[in-house]
Amino acid sequence: MDTINKLVMYFEYPFVRSALLVGMLIALCSALLGVTLVLKRFSFIGDGLSHVAFGATAVAAALQMANQFWLVLPVTIVSAVLLLASGQNSKTKGDAAVAMVSVGSLALGYLVMSLYSKSANLSGDVCSTLFGSTSILTLTGTGVLLCIALSILVVAVFLLFYHKIFAVVFDEEFMSATGVDAKAYNFMLAVVIAVVIVLAMNLVGALLISALVIFPALSAMRVFKSFFAVSVCAVVVSVCCAALGILASIAIGAPVGSTIVAIDIIGFFLFSIVGAISGKNPAV
Amino acid sequence: MPQLVCENLTLGYDGNNIITNLSFEVNASDYLCIVGENGSGKSTLIKAVANLISPVSGSIRKGGGLKANEIGYLPQQTAVQKDFPASVEEVVRSGFINSSGLRPFYTKEQKLLAKENMERLEIYGLAKRCYRELSGGQQQRVLLARALCATRKLLLLDEPVASLDPQASSGMYDIIAKLNNTVTTIVMVSHDIAICVSYASHILHIGGRSALFFGAKKDYLNSEYGRKFAGLRGVNRRDGYY
Repeated sequence: MDTINKLVMYFEYPFVRSALLVGMLIALCSALLGVTLVLKRFSFIGDGLSHVAFGATAVAAALQMANQFWLVLPVTIVSAVLLLASGQNSKTKGDAAVAMVSVGSLALGYLVMSLYSKSANLSGDVCSTLFGSTSILTLTGTGVLLCIALSILVVAVFLLFYHKIFAVVFDEEFMSATGVDAKAYNFMLAVVIAVVIVLAMNLVGALLISALVIFPALSAMRVFKSFFAVSVCAVVVSVCCAALGILASIAIGAPVGSTIVAIDIIGFFLFSIVGAISGKNPAV
Repeated sequence: MPQLVCENLTLGYDGNNIITNLSFEVNASDYLCIVGENGSGKSTLIKAVANLISPVSGSIRKGGGLKANEIGYLPQQTAVQKDFPASVEEVVRSGFINSSGLRPFYTKEQKLLAKENMERLEIYGLAKRCYRELSGGQQQRVLLARALCATRKLLLLDEPVASLDPQASSGMYDIIAKLNNTVTTIVMVSHDIAICVSYASHILHIGGRSALFFGAKKDYLNSEYGRKFAGLRGVNRRDGYY
């Protein structure tokens, strides 16, 4: 009873309500994208990009920018395009490039933060950027609006290009051979990935983004076998886990990001069991 | 007006030319088989025709009203991951992407055409099944149905039966012959010379980096390479195909 009263009390505050709304929107976007990333074998691109976003956030903080979005978003988009484009034909192979960029920007980001941060609580700042401890609850009016706008944009792109994304992910070579500009769609995916990463950083922090992106997709793939069913299921799972996670974290006073991810993990095991029982799922 | 004209084509990777100075053409409703030893560059050639690699020099021109997005392609192996969730219907319909422009959904006509193509290849009963759980032969039929959705004019096939058992193979060849008679031009890479001389209308035999023979099948069987190659593979010459 106590917890429920506590939740009801918290919901009197508008920032809690907007945190719940924004959190669910971000979860929706990251799940849509997660299916594509997992299937393209790009699970770790999300991780690499989130570290880039962390580095950019550190620089933005050092520059004392009013709205970090305007630095973080372009930097992450450029990195995404470079990483995905260099995947096939550069001297550094795809996974090495991702690893390089990922740890490089993590180190540089922390360095910049330590040297130039004006904040009195450095480790608190770093921790909240990495694990998103409370940032979703501290989003300001414009931050909330920006998150909502970008989420709607991502969903719109996904709906408009749903069949194309499926086709290009399933068999890029066939699409190129039949006169489809597969490169353009890969470019578009890279931009959308970057946007989602920057959004998701607010919810779970830089280190946990991959979890938010891949767990719902993997859970859905345990049970469903068509692209459509997996996409829908991943979205439902992700939004439910995010909502539960935000409520639970408020109720027990835990960090939002890790609570959501913990619930995503529980979801994954539940779906694995369902998949195993229904016998639909071949061993991965 | 030929659908496809390749002139003085030179193909290769990283400075190594695999094929030099190759010329041939394909007319509407031809059934061209590209034959040759392993490593002679058959797959490289069909990839170039499919616009997946660009030629070192020479040209590949499309004529007779054939547009880049009117070509169907069946790759040798589709590197689809083991755990990719995709239903047969989703895969077949994805053949329409090249003619869909920016339209976000498939039209009624496209859905109907996809159904017809699945029926033609006798896989309509599998429409809701998961692609990765099908047998090799069924998967090839699904990919062929997808290629048919992408074209009504020219179908490029790269070793379409490479991974199939003999029964599935002959079923596949019958279907391809039927498609050639009713729907499209066929350009097929194969190492199976017996099959090629029984189904094809034209043969392109490549080796030694260039064309050893290009022309109609009956001329091939009387040519030096045709006699040697076909004789070697035990083609029955009494069955009236030459």
